[in-house]
Amino acid sequence: MKNIRTIIKKEWAEVFKRRVVVLIMLLVPLLFTLIPLVMLGVMSNTGVGGDVSPEMLAQSGSMPGDMETVCVGLSGNDCMQVMMVIQFLLMFMMMPLLLPITIAAYSIVGEKTTRSLEPLLATPITTLELLVGKCLAAVIPAVGATWASFALFNIGLILVKVSPGVRAYILGPTWLLGILVLGPILAIIAVNFALYVSSRVSDPRMAEQVSGVLIFPFMGVILAQLAGVITINIKFMLLSIVVCALIAVGMFYLGTIIFDRENILTKWK
Amino acid sequence: MIKTQDLRKIFKIGKKQKETLVAVDGLNLEISEGEVFGFLGPNGAGKTTTVRMLTSLIRPSSGSAEIYGLKVGVDDTEIRRNVGILTESPGLYERLSAEQNLRIFAELYDIPDPEKAINKYLSMLDLWDRRMDAAGTYSKGMRQKLAVARAMLHEPKVLFLDEPTTGLDPEAAKTVRDFIDELKHQGRTIFMCTHNLDEAERHCDRVGIFKQRLLALDKPSALREQLFGRKVVFHLANTTPEMCAAVQALPDVKALEQIENKLLVSLDEPEKMNPVITRILVDKGADILFIGEIKQSLERVYLEMIRSEESSQTKKINQSVERNRA
Ligand SMILES: Nc1ncnc2c1ncn2[C@@H]1O[C@H](COP(=O)(O)OP(=O)(O)O)[C@@H](O)[C@H]1O
Ligand SMILES: [Mg+2]
Repeated sequence: MKNIRTIIKKEWAEVFKRRVVVLIMLLVPLLFTLIPLVMLGVMSNTGVGGDVSPEMLAQSGSMPGDMETVCVGLSGNDCMQVMMVIQFLLMFMMMPLLLPITIAAYSIVGEKTTRSLEPLLATPITTLELLVGKCLAAVIPAVGATWASFALFNIGLILVKVSPGVRAYILGPTWLLGILVLGPILAIIAVNFALYVSSRVSDPRMAEQVSGVLIFPFMGVILAQLAGVITINIKFMLLSIVVCALIAVGMFYLGTIIFDRENILTKWK
Repeated sequence: MIKTQDLRKIFKIGKKQKETLVAVDGLNLEISEGEVFGFLGPNGAGKTTTVRMLTSLIRPSSGSAEIYGLKVGVDDTEIRRNVGILTESPGLYERLSAEQNLRIFAELYDIPDPEKAINKYLSMLDLWDRRMDAAGTYSKGMRQKLAVARAMLHEPKVLFLDEPTTGLDPEAAKTVRDFIDELKHQGRTIFMCTHNLDEAERHCDRVGIFKQRLLALDKPSALREQLFGRKVVFHLANTTPEMCAAVQALPDVKALEQIENKLLVSLDEPEKMNPVITRILVDKGADILFIGEIKQSLERVYLEMIRSEESSQTKKINQSVERNRA
């Protein structure tokens, strides 16, 4: 445990000295929080949806999938806002996917280019401790930033006077599970993926960009949701958690193979 | 105490990892406690690979090695806890200060009083004044010194130094060399890779000349004599053919070469023969200006060995080419 703490401390001391990393860690959460707040604020204060009932929305065909079930008990305007909020919350879920990639890419590629892994591997630390330390060093700030943004978002919703129905939906079980449980799992997947990519390239920006392909499956979910193929409800969220947890375990296992002493010293170029 | 038996490392190389490269081909070595051992070889000889195996960083393909009774491949964590290694490149955290760099390692090695150890080595290696500066702002020499400090923090009894002075300016090289002397006096066992022969000669009790295999292993002075014998020069004011003939007639004189007024005499035991030769020369009417031993530099020994190894390899290759032709 002590070794893991040392690694995390070291990673943070190193990686947060890079301006790129700090900028990304600040700007991305800020943008992902402010933009939806502004849009929702405008919507709820101008009453875009008017007094259309959710049933009418459904009949007009502007409601994807089983949105009616999600909109039960909401006014037309609230239902419209919820539909929009879902897009924003999905964007929120991208944060734990994107942020750790940046940290991991810079920490691993940085360590590769300065050849500092060899002296590190010559200490009594186990490779598992090193791997866990590196993972956590990227996952903790990413998840922290996501949670902080989510909290800020919810406070902001009160300030821009979004209706209580919409706020209740956001703080409902589906998205709490999403932010609190699925978020960290996604972060673990992302960091292991970044680790794999970083072991093969020698430029942190390249590692970052290549690891960025992770958002494609994610985009797929957003599009499928828009097209009404899937509906984001608690069932979907639970299923995602199970599937992603399995993927995360698999990736972590793969990580332990890639992150073998000899491998790092002889195959990482 | 370091002991290796038939230690071998074969790398899989090529696109499909199908070709093999023998980096270390059966190394047998025994290094005793407190010995400073020089591991001499050209680039690509397999020195770093050997050090990595002995410090449990990579696994041997076959053979065995032990350090203080700890077996490589079995007691790896214990080995890492007990040896120090100066890696080929310093590998510092460039954005962190010298102090921060050392603190990380002090924690990982679980040192009881980290502050004390850190301060001790920072001042010993002249880094105290710049301890708060990022390592990235250091000169090459300072980086190397910081890396040396890092290797020493946990006071290892066995120390592996992989080319400790390569690429350093003379002043930094001197600090590092003086520090190695100091470590030697403290009785630490040191395994030092180098292709700097003066360095090997200065520090090492024994040197191994190595290129995939151990080509020779002995004290530096013994290696020199083994290859070239000992040579004494008699610088005379005048020479005559009779003088040369008389010296050459002595049974212990293995060879004699004359360059102007200098006689170069190859001998096994100059201490015994010099007085005899001197007397003969004086009898023949010579005025002796100087007598001295010619020391072949270890450099020549080394180049000689590497060259003959290479030519024997070429011969082998040519033979197999011819065999293939036939
Ligand atoms: N990870 C590796 N994969 C393939 N070949 C390697 C690897 N590491 C070293 N080698 C090869 O092994 C040989 C010995 O290398 P090394 O031990 O670094 O030599 P030295 O330290 O004596 O210069 C070289 O031919 C080198 O190319
Ligand atoms: Mg080397």
